[in-house]
Amino acid sequence: MKKIMDRSIDLGEFLPQADDEMIICRCEEVTKGEIRQAVHDGMLTLTEIRRYLRTGMGLCQGQTCGKLVKNIVARELGIAPAELESAVSRAPVRPVEMRVLGNEGLENEVLTGGGGHV
Amino acid sequence: MSNCSDVLIIGGGVIGCATAYYLAQKGVSVTVLEKAQIGEGGSSRNGGGVRQSGRDPRELPLAMKAVKNLWPTLSEELGMDVEYYKKGNLRLAKTAGHIKILEGLTERAVAKGLAVRMIDAKEVRDICPYLSDEVIGASWCDTDGHANPMLTTLAYYKNARRLGVRFITGENVVEIRKIKGVARQVITADNVYEAPQIILAAGYESRAIANTIGIDIPMNRVLLEALVTEPQVKMFEQMLGTAEADFYGHQSTHGSFVFGGTSGMDAYTSDFDVPVNNSRTASCICRGIMNYFPILSEAKIVRTWAGWIDECADHVPVISFVEEVPGLILACAFTGHGFGISPMVGTLLSEMVVDKEPSIDLSELRYNRFKTKI
Repeated sequence: MKKIMDRSIDLGEFLPQADDEMIICRCEEVTKGEIRQAVHDGMLTLTEIRRYLRTGMGLCQGQTCGKLVKNIVARELGIAPAELESAVSRAPVRPVEMRVLGNEGLENEVLTGGGGHV
Repeated sequence: MSNCSDVLIIGGGVIGCATAYYLAQKGVSVTVLEKAQIGEGGSSRNGGGVRQSGRDPRELPLAMKAVKNLWPTLSEELGMDVEYYKKGNLRLAKTAGHIKILEGLTERAVAKGLAVRMIDAKEVRDICPYLSDEVIGASWCDTDGHANPMLTTLAYYKNARRLGVRFITGENVVEIRKIKGVARQVITADNVYEAPQIILAAGYESRAIANTIGIDIPMNRVLLEALVTEPQVKMFEQMLGTAEADFYGHQSTHGSFVFGGTSGMDAYTSDFDVPVNNSRTASCICRGIMNYFPILSEAKIVRTWAGWIDECADHVPVISFVEEVPGLILACAFTGHGFGISPMVGTLLSEMVVDKEPSIDLSELRYNRFKTKI
């Protein structure tokens, strides 16, 4: 995020494309057209796109669509995908039930020498 | 492009974006300088509360006016659903001690004219039937609510940008400089910007920037963490909190539950340059939630994140002109509850620039109110 970016850049008119209806983020059902439109609305980083449209915010956390979104945004901005910083990955790696995540029982078992580890 | 404008705003969070929007509406030319990206600080890392209850009397008038005049029509005005719900706020109690805390808060708010009251266990369950049987009462303010902070920030940004506000991200402000006794230049790592009016709204980082011009606001950086579940069946629309702030949150339009909280160890586990989740905090927040909502114990946590709040010495913001530095307005130290009042703060800051005076008396939020204890 160190690169200085003037957000007043002119990307020209938003032109619809034939495959704009294609679903890119399957978890949150976000289409290619919506992602392209978001760029025209001024969302110029992958994190802003994600906060705006919820791409990569669903159950798979962007493991499926992350690269695709990056490529679409890069093409819309006319830059190389590598110039875009990926959105931050967040814990947990896979969804975990609250009763499991909230359980610190293992620590107690270790302290008391209890068994039962699977 | 020229680096001069009527107003320079330091900080592209919800306060900076809202202020830019209201100023642009009044025909003022604005440049916003942001170090990272839009809404990167507390604006994208808060529980989304649009609360009046539980607020300090000094900032309560801002919250009440925002809820009355600005929030209800914000989505329509900005042409984007900011997911605002005005369905009330429950602050839950399980013990007599909790009830005492809530009665104190309620009394002070009622004195300021807010319609908030204590309700018993039965009424709590009528409003929200999913709670644990251990809940014995709550404070209830039916005009409180919640909204989506990320969408609100980006909606202000999008509309301000459309009105011609120049946003520059990646600009790391290192100094505010006076010319002939008046704040005039903002120096970044790479550039110099100029305006006759500078608004500093950079969260905790406002402190170091204000220091470069001889002003210090006593605030600390405090870590809060948040988590979100997978989508659940629609259950309730209230904003929730507890007397002891074990957690706070709501169910979003998306269906997921967003909850924030702390571990109690945060001051000792958060000494990093960026806000980082501690491995024990989400677990702690989960236990807090399950104590009140056993029904959510099977809900899966999808994501956790952390953020800094700019915690002021007296827990209310600084929204103020600075006598020693004409041309500078401070808007910082929101202490983790700036989001709910952000539309009002943006409006007031635009009035301070254009009319030279805000329409609500902000004298209790002045920058020079901090005194030593003796």
